[in-house]
Amino acid sequence: MLYALLCYHQEDVVCSWTKEEDDAVMARLAVVHEKLASAGKLGPAARLLPTTAATTLRKDQDPPLVLDGPFAETKEQLLGFYTIDCADLEEALSIARELARANPGGAYEVRPVSLFVPGTFAP
Amino acid sequence: MTSEEAHWIGSTLTAARPQAVAALLRYFRDLDLAEEAFQEACLRALKTWPQNGPPRDPAAWLIFVGRNVALDTVRRQAKQTELPPEEAFSDTEDTEAVLAERIDGAHYRDDVLRLLFICCHPDLPATQQIALALRIVSGLSVKQIARAFLVSEAAMEQRVTRAKARIAKAQSGGSGVPFEAPGAVERAERLGAVAAMIYLVFNEGYSAARDTSAAREPLCEEAIRLARLLLRLFPAEPEIMGLTALMLLQHARAGTRFDKDGAVILLDDQDRGQWNGPMIAEGLALLDKAIRHHRPGPYQVQAAISALHARAPTPEDTDWGEIDLLYATLEIMQPSPVITLNRAVAVSKLRGAEAALTMVEPLGDRLSGYFHYHGLRGALLMQLGRTGEARESFLTAIGLATSAAEAAHIRAHLDGLKREA
Repeated sequence: MLYALLCYHQEDVVCSWTKEEDDAVMARLAVVHEKLASAGKLGPAARLLPTTAATTLRKDQDPPLVLDGPFAETKEQLLGFYTIDCADLEEALSIARELARANPGGAYEVRPVSLFVPGTFAP
Repeated sequence: MTSEEAHWIGSTLTAARPQAVAALLRYFRDLDLAEEAFQEACLRALKTWPQNGPPRDPAAWLIFVGRNVALDTVRRQAKQTELPPEEAFSDTEDTEAVLAERIDGAHYRDDVLRLLFICCHPDLPATQQIALALRIVSGLSVKQIARAFLVSEAAMEQRVTRAKARIAKAQSGGSGVPFEAPGAVERAERLGAVAAMIYLVFNEGYSAARDTSAAREPLCEEAIRLARLLLRLFPAEPEIMGLTALMLLQHARAGTRFDKDGAVILLDDQDRGQWNGPMIAEGLALLDKAIRHHRPGPYQVQAAISALHARAPTPEDTDWGEIDLLYATLEIMQPSPVITLNRAVAVSKLRGAEAALTMVEPLGDRLSGYFHYHGLRGALLMQLGRTGEARESFLTAIGLATSAAEAAHIRAHLDGLKREA
């Protein structure tokens, strides 16, 4: 069984870490990542840029509506995610729109990835 | 309290401060009272959070507790009665229950904007605006701010006190910032003033020379934090995205701007591998978002220029043509000889020193007291082999240098001229 671990924390607290504090956390995580990767237990992982860098595509209307900022409603639940490789936000939004046509309803939050760990397994 | 507890409580209080002080200011309409109430709430948080764990909404908790404690103090002073025992008021469990309905969230955006805007009152000189914002919004101690500004603690204390007094006078004299929710035009004006103040805070940190940059670097980080806060409150404002992007892209180069002896390293000679990658990624992402709005402004254009530098893997890859065009746009938006001077650097890379010098010479009247004017003019003359004039320009520049590092940089050029001669 594959599991996704979804990471939550208070953003303004994490953003107020000094570079040294941030580096120390990342270094401790890297040790765990390495161990998991060599055991074939680690798939792709990502650290996301702050929510201020997010754009949201509301696909519960036609045409979908693009809004600045993160997904903010609480009546929907997180049911999945994609990682896509794009030149810019415009391309990312056009892919999101294409997916929205296939699966309307709800929303996609489009958030740039700041650190990508490819992982090792190929299930 | 363990050090880990102290750490998360400290970060949580810092993060909640602007919102909490801003809301308390709306209740009390007095900066000192709002600050005191917040301090009291923090003391209570230090006492109760380690036992009860963090509240779900720390800012709302602090607003609620701060308001109660301050009201209580006011009442007690009015009645001159004896102090009630500590346990008699603001039991934290009750607090959490009341918070279930949440403190009115609709106000909070305008509260924070008002707090920031009060700090940039037009009666205050720029240095007082920055000091006040750092003291009240960011919660830096007078000692920390004094260190960043390289003045004594007493002098900074006086600066902050004076600024507060001016604001209190303006507020009571009717020329202060009104407490009603602002209209759309007024909100846009406040945003513009606050953005400028945040960029001032950033530049206080960024323009520091190597010998003082360690003390001043926190100012850059604080400015970025305030900009992110503003962006969360006003997520669809392209100029706030542009400002945040601009500061992130510039600050990403912080570690490479000086050598180990404190001499300036120019953009062309910086180790681009040492630039802060995540910061650049965030800056580029924000600029990307801003551009989609098709509402350009000076911060977006400056961020776009910074982005072109950040995107070039080597100096030779820099898109000087695009940078020239962006500076031309900026000249129209904010005509200034300094912008023309910056544009001339792009022109020298594109069309050579002669073309750039033609652009620079007419600025002489207005920039005769400006270090960078004489520095660039000297460098262009040197490239054209006009060594005598170049030497003169360099000597004038050294006379105008504001730091040892600036002067040393020009002296290196002069030494180069001597070797050639």
